[in-house]
Amino acid sequence: MPGSASFSEFLAGQAPDLLPSRRAVPAGHAGDLAPHATTIVAATFPGGVVMAGDRRATMGNIIAQRDIEKVFPADEYSVVGIAGTAGLAVEMVRLFQTELEHYEKIEGTTLSMDGKANRLAALIRANLGLAMQGLAVVPLFAGFDLAADQGRIFSYDVTGGRYEEQAFHSVGSGSLFARGSLKKLYREDFSADDCVMAVIQALYDAADDDSATGGPDLTRRIFPVVHVVTAEGGHRVPEAEVAEIADRMLASRMQRPDGPAAALI
Amino acid sequence: MSTPFYVSPEQMMKDRADFARKGIARGRSVVVIQYADGILFVSENPSQALHKVSEIYDRIAFAAVGRYNEFENLRIAGVRLADMRGYAYDRRDVTGRGLANAYAQTLGSIFSSGGEKPYEVEIFVAEVGDTPAGDQIYRLTYDGQIADQQGFAVMGGNAESTASHLEEHYTEDATLEDALHVAVAALGHTDAGDRVIPVADLEVAALDRTRTKPRKFVRLRAERLASILGDRGPEEAGAPQPEDNGGATPPGSGATDDPSDPTDQVSGGVPPLEDPTTGEPLEHPVAPPSGPAGTSPVPQPTDPAQPGEAPPPAPQPFVPDPTGPPGPAAPPPEPTGPADLTDPLP
Repeated sequence: MPGSASFSEFLAGQAPDLLPSRRAVPAGHAGDLAPHATTIVAATFPGGVVMAGDRRATMGNIIAQRDIEKVFPADEYSVVGIAGTAGLAVEMVRLFQTELEHYEKIEGTTLSMDGKANRLAALIRANLGLAMQGLAVVPLFAGFDLAADQGRIFSYDVTGGRYEEQAFHSVGSGSLFARGSLKKLYREDFSADDCVMAVIQALYDAADDDSATGGPDLTRRIFPVVHVVTAEGGHRVPEAEVAEIADRMLASRMQRPDGPAAALI
Repeated sequence: MSTPFYVSPEQMMKDRADFARKGIARGRSVVVIQYADGILFVSENPSQALHKVSEIYDRIAFAAVGRYNEFENLRIAGVRLADMRGYAYDRRDVTGRGLANAYAQTLGSIFSSGGEKPYEVEIFVAEVGDTPAGDQIYRLTYDGQIADQQGFAVMGGNAESTASHLEEHYTEDATLEDALHVAVAALGHTDAGDRVIPVADLEVAALDRTRTKPRKFVRLRAERLASILGDRGPEEAGAPQPEDNGGATPPGSGATDDPSDPTDQVSGGVPPLEDPTTGEPLEHPVAPPSGPAGTSPVPQPTDPAQPGEAPPPAPQPFVPDPTGPPGPAAPPPEPTGPADLTDPLP
């Protein structure tokens, strides 16, 4: 019995109660019961991709957590950020991480970038029932495609729809503002450092206009989680480095609170 | 219709153990050796696709000798067990000891259950700790026995001479380079002389505790091996082994029956070569009785319940003998009633 190389299929046969999507939830709207994770942004640069997330989780008008982490490495060459119901989303990320690692160990090779994106879509699609009761999970997936030699970004909808994004994208409650900000800031010839600065600027703009997105917490020194993925693999930008970039950004916003002005034409 | 024989449990277990041991002894060896920064696995394996050493989990690796399809089954079961436990609890809750116990139970029940043949495999389960004192190496045999190993361990066909070489040259807290040199030299060592194994035929992997990622397993590719091992003199590939094709005999390869190997998959005109009572190999096997029943030189037991009838044939090795004189077909033994066997049907 060779079986499947997919961990979630194996779980569905052996221990279906461990799958987040197999849980029965009583009818009704459950969305207000659990904390929600908010804004994630990602942007590509020549040679890689950057993903960043703010640190706030909300429950209605309450800030449920001010230092939640919402961007995770999925495997060595990809990262996944989550928006939506925090508890389910974190569980789904853990399942997705195990899924990729499991495939790698069983088959002796990594999934292609599109294969990974499709597996994530399948996990989200399985969650549709819960999404319709208000427990939606909408991730953002990005990674370095070794075959295409470039960074790629994929966005999803609650039905498991998978869409490849060009250059940059954002999900979550503050995504409209973050995307508007990146539209004006993004350059195709970014270096990795420029790209990190751009996504931190975009998160600041999102926090500026969206109450559910957390800005830099200066007194507690809480700053966004930033991951960079290149051909050498992914790594999290050290917290001290992010703090230094955020301090520089804040210094310039002291002069111009709306951030850098884009050229008119 | 086969005659049921009584086989004592001791004999049955011994036969099964012999069978498994012979299968394992035909494969090439695997060496596991501790070094300062982790645990090193070295084996001679010309195949680039069929691995003998693999990752199970963050700090746990698996190495095996014997039948590929069988240990691959065990490896996948181990990956599933580890991943499921890590997902249901936490990554730190997946331990080498737990995994080795699961393997021991699986192998033990396959060995002692009457229906299946025993697995012809031996496996290592190794877990790297934060310090050399925390390293664990478990060796599991085909019958589910489990042993804790220290320093180094060898299994497979040439295990004894490899182990004796390691015993002389192994040093604790060696560097990766030194440990690799010792292990590769040990694999090439036989009583007949030493052999330099080509780099392309080596499969080397390590559990490296200095790796910053949570997953400590790393394969050492041929280029890296060549740079570490340097020039070792003329290389000599090992003789082809049946396991080189994953244990399968390629069709049309003209595989021959090997009289000295009772586990041989190819049937031929050669009887089993062990004395059924002592288990000793027979140098000149007794020719199977082929003449008409009654004229056979082998004493025939007579059935006192059916005097005058043709006695049932002696247990014969399952061998067609095309050269022998065509005797009359031996009457089938009739265990139930005194039916007239000389005239079975009108």
